[in-house]
Amino acid sequence: MSKTITDVVCPFCGTLCDDLIVTTDDDGKKILGVDNACAIGAEKFVHSSDHSHRVTRPRKMQEDGSFKEITYEEAIEHTATILAKAKKPLMYGWSSTSCEADSVGHEIAELCGGIVDNTAAVCHGTTLIAVQNVGIPSCTLGEVKNRADRIIFWGCNPAHAHPRHMSRYSIFPRGYFTGKGAKQRKIIVVDPRPTDTSTLADVHLQVEQGYDYELLQALRAAIRGEPLVGDVIAGVPKETVYEAAEILKSGRFGVIFFGMGVTQSLGKDHNIDAAICLTKDLNDYTKFSIVAMRGHFNVTGSGQVLGWQFGFPYAVDLSRGFARYNPGETGAIEVLKRQEADAVFVLGSDPGAHFPMRCVKEIARLPSVAIDPHITPTTEICDVHVPVAFVGVEVGGNCYRMDNVPIEARKVVEPPEGMMSDYQFLSAVLDRVKELKAN
Amino acid sequence: MSEYIIKNGIVYDPKTGVKGEVKDICIKDGKIADKVSSKAKSIDAKGKTVMAGAVEIHSHVAGPKVNEGRNFRPEDKLFSYKPGGKNTRMAGGFSIPTTFKTGYEYAKMGYTTVMEAAMPPLYARHVHEEIKDTPIIDQGAFPVFGNNWFVFEYLKNNEMDNVMAYISWLLKTTKGYAIKIVNPGGSEAWGWGENCTTIHDPVPYFDITPAEIMKGLLTANEKMGLPHSIHVHTNNLGNPGNYKDTLDTFKLAEGVKPNNKFGREQVFHHTHVQFHSYGGDSWANFESKAKEIMDYVNANKNMTIDLGCVTLDETTTMTADGPFEHHLTTLNHLKWANVDVELETSSGIVPYVYDPRVKVCAIQWAIGLELGLYTKDPMRSFITTDHPNAGPFIRYPRIFKWLMSDKSRQEMLKSFKYSDKVIAATNLASMDREITFYELAQMTRAGPAKALGLTDMCGGLAPGMDADVVVYNIDENKIKDPEEIEKAFGTASQVFKSGTLVVDKGEVVSNGNKRTLWVDAKVPTNSQVERDVQMKFLKYYSVNLNNYEVSDHYVANPYVIEVEN
Ligand code: SF4
Repeated sequence: MSKTITDVVCPFCGTLCDDLIVTTDDDGKKILGVDNACAIGAEKFVHSSDHSHRVTRPRKMQEDGSFKEITYEEAIEHTATILAKAKKPLMYGWSSTSCEADSVGHEIAELCGGIVDNTAAVCHGTTLIAVQNVGIPSCTLGEVKNRADRIIFWGCNPAHAHPRHMSRYSIFPRGYFTGKGAKQRKIIVVDPRPTDTSTLADVHLQVEQGYDYELLQALRAAIRGEPLVGDVIAGVPKETVYEAAEILKSGRFGVIFFGMGVTQSLGKDHNIDAAICLTKDLNDYTKFSIVAMRGHFNVTGSGQVLGWQFGFPYAVDLSRGFARYNPGETGAIEVLKRQEADAVFVLGSDPGAHFPMRCVKEIARLPSVAIDPHITPTTEICDVHVPVAFVGVEVGGNCYRMDNVPIEARKVVEPPEGMMSDYQFLSAVLDRVKELKAN
Repeated sequence: MSEYIIKNGIVYDPKTGVKGEVKDICIKDGKIADKVSSKAKSIDAKGKTVMAGAVEIHSHVAGPKVNEGRNFRPEDKLFSYKPGGKNTRMAGGFSIPTTFKTGYEYAKMGYTTVMEAAMPPLYARHVHEEIKDTPIIDQGAFPVFGNNWFVFEYLKNNEMDNVMAYISWLLKTTKGYAIKIVNPGGSEAWGWGENCTTIHDPVPYFDITPAEIMKGLLTANEKMGLPHSIHVHTNNLGNPGNYKDTLDTFKLAEGVKPNNKFGREQVFHHTHVQFHSYGGDSWANFESKAKEIMDYVNANKNMTIDLGCVTLDETTTMTADGPFEHHLTTLNHLKWANVDVELETSSGIVPYVYDPRVKVCAIQWAIGLELGLYTKDPMRSFITTDHPNAGPFIRYPRIFKWLMSDKSRQEMLKSFKYSDKVIAATNLASMDREITFYELAQMTRAGPAKALGLTDMCGGLAPGMDADVVVYNIDENKIKDPEEIEKAFGTASQVFKSGTLVVDKGEVVSNGNKRTLWVDAKVPTNSQVERDVQMKFLKYYSVNLNNYEVSDHYVANPYVIEVEN
């Protein structure tokens, strides 16, 4: 007899779908099927359940670059020692694990004078800076489902990156005041290229690459009825800008979803400043919100826990005995570039695949540990790789959706025998660090 | 557990009627005791004041809007960080301190119980995660009900049993403590950029008025016999002339008698009344209506209030009153965060500078104090700042000073840039009442504990009660300078939380035995409500019903108050 587990939370993207149905074999060890998930979400479950590809014990890199299996105890000792010895260890990641694990990691960082940064460093860090400048009028995704008749996707392509976003919250669902679903909504997509998302748009503003800021400011001016200079603005005909402005203003409830196409293109946080100000302006005419399309399933949670424990959402430097925050100085990439860290600890992310090469080389040069269920470019350059159970598949824990709504991830299957979870591993490291620091 | 005897302190305890007598207080097994053995550790409190741990009835210290306040205001952390110590984590922040700092600072002032005054149910797990990371103090959180679609529909149809079943379910699901109402109807209207500014404005599409919502929830609260009454932030907060709406709201409770087994005598708690006591019809002729408000409160025994005193600091305003925060950002043009929460509430956050050079701010400051000084029954009028809205909670000792010292108030009044105008728009200059230590104990301990239905547990020093005890290094009869008041109440000599010494000589020495208080109100099972909940989650919520409940492991050391209907 197979077992069916309902209301399962998908630990892949920031959409954090919580309606998955997972079927496992009789003894709860193998996943047989996943219903309701999109292709990427389903794959995460199925893949994790196939233990034949998995590393199930920590590995230490040898002189010749090969890896040799070590015990968890040895991995704990190694991790605790490099962190306790370091003056300024970089502790990066935290976005693909539970808030409970983040919290233990932060305590270690506090004891060791570490720098804690999460994957916002390379995605929505600019958004967080913009929010610190101008605030953020926002809402939960259920508000979008129930009320929104105007949707903008700016610099994001949910059809690929957040596949169920449009069906659960933003385009297709019928809500309390949106009984006609997609028919009741007007969709604007801002993207330099045609995408699978833009094919659904009523208006596709094909902004010239790198000109988001101009287009945003033009929309702000158009909304106020001010004249626009030039026939084409940021690659978009003036009339189309006016048309888009009219669509936005004439709606009853609108929302801007934006992604890395605009947070990491020219202008960075200034783009988001402008997008938020556009949202704020629109509230003088109608109701409008803005929501960041966060990537990792719990990057938002990492920012939340950092916020309540230290007061800042990312790039937190604890090395001076108090929390300092100055993105551009205290972020992971800058710290690595300046060769300022003297050890690296990575959990719940893959900087080896996403950081600039200079930083990747620096990670390889330093004493380092990577905690990850998978073999990744990061685990291949770190001194020690500690495989752990999958959060949201083999162990539960709290996560925050892109709209900051907390959802508790569920455990659906057992991890391979003898494997630790992030939380267990970090707790053991914390205990050992305390001992080392006491001596 | 250790035994303690606090010797020869000057004790103020409204619970037992002790008014400044020199007495010993005994602590045994976490409770106040009649006597202790000879092994008890002795604390010399000669010449010092001894009171029960203070009880905070209304504060915003945990959850989504508080954390957004932290994350979007890095500037709030300037100059405020303290490194960790033997018993403490590093801690910082001024108007929105980190969770650790929140626990330490409240404890250092002698507060041992603190209520988080607005919990959006959908975010309840977040609230509890923060509560878990807030050391020392006992906490509870009030889920918001005043803009909830279930409540609207049941009340509209006069289905009182269904309202009660829903309240019971939501308190249990969110591990909540009481029924909170914020801008009833108005926060829902804000979903469309609108508001309900009087208690009779209908809520768009829901065919119900704020008055009906408040009255309905008040009735349900008393029928259920919950420990606390409804806890209300009414409509039209912060606008000139709003005292009339406040009085209209108060009148909803007329003639209603309390029904509960917890010793509470009010059926209605109105919070941060300072923001609701404004006369005039513009900022130009803005004036205090504290007297009119307090005349009503003094005459009506079935209600309690808290003050919401302005402290004249830079702070971070945050409330589930979404339209108000939008209004505020259009006034001060500072950054604005807003979150509308599906089917439940809205909220907003805007930094604010209460500048004593601004006439309106100085008048607000005076109104908060007038409310306190007009109080005839200190057991029904509690000191708050609506932290962080009118000022950070760490300023409580300063407010005590102002309430206790006419000299300190007059000095402030004289120092304002628009001193004459402030004096003309308020009555403070002519008020020479000075709140006594005994009255302070009523307004910060016995009163709020009673209003919360915790009168047998905290806020007093009767044998058998939790041993929350504070020793302050001050003698009411020997104060030479009002500054001594602020100093002494800002840093307690000793604080005991349920019998554990948590603060000694002003320093945190233990993280105590923190508990989370929540109310399990039992009502007959109601299949209609069960079906409605399932249907609404399926159709309108963005999370599944089975992922909504805050599971027990998120609730730090739970203390469950069971209520049988
Ligand atoms: S949209 Fe994201 S959260 Fe939802 S199933 Fe797909 S990967 Fe998982």
